[in-house]
Amino acid sequence: MADELKNTSRRAFLKGGAAAVAGSVAGAASAATPDPLITEIQDWASFTGDGVDETPYGLPIEFEKDVVRRNVPWLTADPISSINFTPIHALDGTITPQGCAFERHHSGAIELHKDDYRLMINGLVDQPLVFSYEDLERFPRENHVFFCECAANTGMEWAGAQLNGVQFTHGMIHNMEYSGIPLRALLNEAGLGAAGDLTDKWVYVEGADASSNGRSIPMEKALDDVLIAFKANGEALRKEHGYPVRLVVPGWEGNMWVKWLRRIEVTDAAVESREETSKYTDVLEDGTARKWTWEMDAKSVITTPSPQMPIKHGHGPLVISGLAWSGHGRITRVDVSLDGGKNWQEARLGRTQGDTKALTRFYFDTEWHGEEWLLQARAMDETGYVQPTKNQLREVRGENSIYHNNCIQTWYLNPNGEAENVEVS
Amino acid sequence: MSKFLKVSTAALLLAGPVFAEDKLGLGRAALPEEITAWDKDVLPDGRGLPEGRGDVFWGEEVFAEKCASCHGDFAEGVDNWPVLAGGFDTLADKDPVKTVGSYWPYLSTVWDYVNRSMPFGAAQTLTEDEVYAIVAYILYSNDLVDDDFELSHENFGDFEMYNKDGFITDDRATVEYGMWRAEPCMSDCKESVEITMRASVLDVTPDETAAGEAQATTEAVVEEEVAPVEELAALDPEMIKKGEKVFKKCKACHQVGEGAKNKTGPMLNGILGRGFASVDGFKYSKVFKAAGEEGRIWDEVAMAEFLAKPKAYLKGTKMSFNGLKKENDVAAIIEYLKSVDG
Repeated sequence: MADELKNTSRRAFLKGGAAAVAGSVAGAASAATPDPLITEIQDWASFTGDGVDETPYGLPIEFEKDVVRRNVPWLTADPISSINFTPIHALDGTITPQGCAFERHHSGAIELHKDDYRLMINGLVDQPLVFSYEDLERFPRENHVFFCECAANTGMEWAGAQLNGVQFTHGMIHNMEYSGIPLRALLNEAGLGAAGDLTDKWVYVEGADASSNGRSIPMEKALDDVLIAFKANGEALRKEHGYPVRLVVPGWEGNMWVKWLRRIEVTDAAVESREETSKYTDVLEDGTARKWTWEMDAKSVITTPSPQMPIKHGHGPLVISGLAWSGHGRITRVDVSLDGGKNWQEARLGRTQGDTKALTRFYFDTEWHGEEWLLQARAMDETGYVQPTKNQLREVRGENSIYHNNCIQTWYLNPNGEAENVEVS
Repeated sequence: MSKFLKVSTAALLLAGPVFAEDKLGLGRAALPEEITAWDKDVLPDGRGLPEGRGDVFWGEEVFAEKCASCHGDFAEGVDNWPVLAGGFDTLADKDPVKTVGSYWPYLSTVWDYVNRSMPFGAAQTLTEDEVYAIVAYILYSNDLVDDDFELSHENFGDFEMYNKDGFITDDRATVEYGMWRAEPCMSDCKESVEITMRASVLDVTPDETAAGEAQATTEAVVEEEVAPVEELAALDPEMIKKGEKVFKKCKACHQVGEGAKNKTGPMLNGILGRGFASVDGFKYSKVFKAAGEEGRIWDEVAMAEFLAKPKAYLKGTKMSFNGLKKENDVAAIIEYLKSVDG
């Protein structure tokens, strides 16, 4: 595999080199007159810019103002109980800036001051406890990068190609570096002796907002890698992501990542809350539904080119890029197809191997000369799982599921370099 | 480093006695009153359920007042809000109708959710008996009980939901993973590839440029609004800001500003100085219509009284909001409402 990777990048290098030569010829031809951006002195090269006191906390430069979260108004009854989408088409690398990371609220994003924050742990514990925010910061901290994907990501695509934009088809995801403490540290502090045999015990977690969103997590997961997080990407969580404290449940559906976390209860059964029965369950073809489908299976998507990111630079070298992730661990390989899944080639991973349960960036360095392409990406994770096609998923689950759609996505690229969301046979 | 158990030892932990040492002594004991105040979840076997009762007849009244503006008088759902009734035998159809009646497996979930999370915008304001009554009415609207039914902590356990056996535990590991953990095909994987569906045919993608322009227009409007200083000079900008914050409590139902529309409640642009029940296209309650016909006007006094205790001010109002406790909040909202004309 390492050899293959080397060969791939060497090939890509040779190809790229050849194209660069061709490109420079074309470039020279179009630059018959000198470029005034070079020959004339520009304002920014002469006058001074902003002082250091101009922007105590900076936003992206105005030229990037289209890189924002977007909403699909017809999806929900009210934006207060709704979702928006990360502009993944316009990002690179793997870390999602907090300011454009998707939001999902059931009763709106609340303002909860650190001083007013309380976290209770009760139920089958030796000593029910209440923690202040400051208490939490006195437990030994850890840092981890994880993706958070809403179970409904790509949900609108079950029945057919619907939304023309990777932001809308795949943007219910973000990937951040969290600073926090392991949930097991708090469980230890309260003591699990009262719970007895832990194999059949649960931890019910609940938020402080008006939706009182609560989910049941099996004890095994609670003692494994669940984090109580207060920082993301180095700074305090944003209000919309649960400031001051949220739960991080690596690899598992976003709804379980309870925001404004206020209570942790050790129980001997799942609570079967609204969000784990009537919602976030998967109706199969015969009408029965799967519940407790917590892990987000391996998935990938090409973010550029894509409907919001047409090819504007003409023929020649082209970087196809995208994201891959798996709730079961690391992404080990991503393949790209240009012909709708007939033939596949291995993409280059941004890192040789991705972080576990975190976004992995992939690149496929190629050349495009106006061909019509049916672009697809296919992820594989460390368990050997291969991302299925939409038809494979439908054969097992039917068309009535909303959640957990991790199918292979197809973009049709036309000779003008524009891409469209399509389904293929 | 060794203070905390590693991931790899978590499994061991599950089998053996629990780690008892290495507590840091952080936090404080939770008091029984505090646990009672927050630990409200109800389990399928009824644990956590408080004593109480409510019947269909009363439930219908409470539902009409507090739930129907979103869920409809018959729990049929208004606009995009959830449908709570019907949909039986649709789960295997295309676009199944998943309601409390057709889909929810446990009655405890209904009670718990209504009690902790409803009504939207005024959660945790129902009495326990009201919750019993609302749940009884939802069951009735699903034809699952008769109109003389009363739900209580005593008969709660007798009730079995229609779809209680409709769920299976995640079986992807056996049904799917075996199939899909295999070396994938790399070349000539299919005979031919045809496009079978295109998103552009449906054309439901939000228009990004339109969204961007709308944003730009809003900014421009804000600037314009700030400009006529004389007119706004009477308004206190601090109060407006505070009022905007307090208005969040109203936002679940009311819109103001550019492009405001009627939602669960009427849009509120220019409300002060306007007649009661005067927004076109909004379905007002009888008492509001009557007040409008009498020629009553929303002045500051009327608005302040209404916002403090909506139901006392006009008995029969559809507004489920319980009122603002702080006079200062009332004043701030009024200042804010005066500042937005749309």
